[in-house]
Amino acid sequence: MAIGSFPVEAGQVLAFARAIGDESPVYRSAAAAAEIGLAGIPAPPTYVQASAHFDPDYPLRPNPGQDWFGSGAGPGTHDPRGAGVLHAEQHFEYHRPLLVGDVLTATVTPGETWEKTGRRGGKLVFTEQTTIYRDASGTPVVTARVVAVRTEHAPSQK
Amino acid sequence: MTFQVGQTFTEVLVEDLKRTQIVQYAGASGDFNALHTDEVYATQIGGFPTVFGHGMLTMAMTGRLITDTLGIANLTRFSGRFTAQVWPGDTLTAKLSVVSVQPEGTKQQVDVTVRTVNQQGAEVFTATASAQV
Repeated sequence: MAIGSFPVEAGQVLAFARAIGDESPVYRSAAAAAEIGLAGIPAPPTYVQASAHFDPDYPLRPNPGQDWFGSGAGPGTHDPRGAGVLHAEQHFEYHRPLLVGDVLTATVTPGETWEKTGRRGGKLVFTEQTTIYRDASGTPVVTARVVAVRTEHAPSQK
Repeated sequence: MTFQVGQTFTEVLVEDLKRTQIVQYAGASGDFNALHTDEVYATQIGGFPTVFGHGMLTMAMTGRLITDTLGIANLTRFSGRFTAQVWPGDTLTAKLSVVSVQPEGTKQQVDVTVRTVNQQGAEVFTATASAQV
């Protein structure tokens, strides 16, 4: 997966700030952002998640002409990615504040995979993935690392 | 503002989380997973009692306490671990503790831990963050 162009836009930053209940004026006004020393409206700390909108292959949105696993006339079907994948950890490193007007690219690198035995005997498989978001000059702005966990088989019911 | 080890800051992140806010976050983030947005799917196919919030919504709301305390312009790192699901109707409260303060030129390097709990006091998310303030 890679994202060729992820523009950081004022309207999307406002919608994101609203969705997370953040009423800070810095996400709404360049003048408020200037008061904290920023050259533009900043994006909230987890905003790079919204890059999903600009990922042509992102699986978790309905697309015209393609199957969607959610309900319609019927209750839906199992998630094609396989059930039981959970978000375990999320890490962000900020190389500088992300600002409205930035146009980012993203490159994704798979990381380590490791296993643990869960408390109820099931095998847990952890996978790591790192995404580097770079600005138009190629300089890293945000590095994001996700750890997902998948249950390999159903835990024993004892 | 100068920080000292041992200082704590607390914020109610959301009271009585609404399903519509979960959908609002789906729209903002682009993650429309039916487990978060579709009650019929979440109950009948997913086998859950109802839809539940994105882990990243909890992380983002927890981030509010961090940026309200340390400033969005100063943040250098934010890491978290998801420890329990968040459901419609939940009230989440986050508590930030300053664990390290080091001089860094004319600024302070501030490291914090954050713990987010629901209305039963059960932990749903833990985080660490750093800023140069």
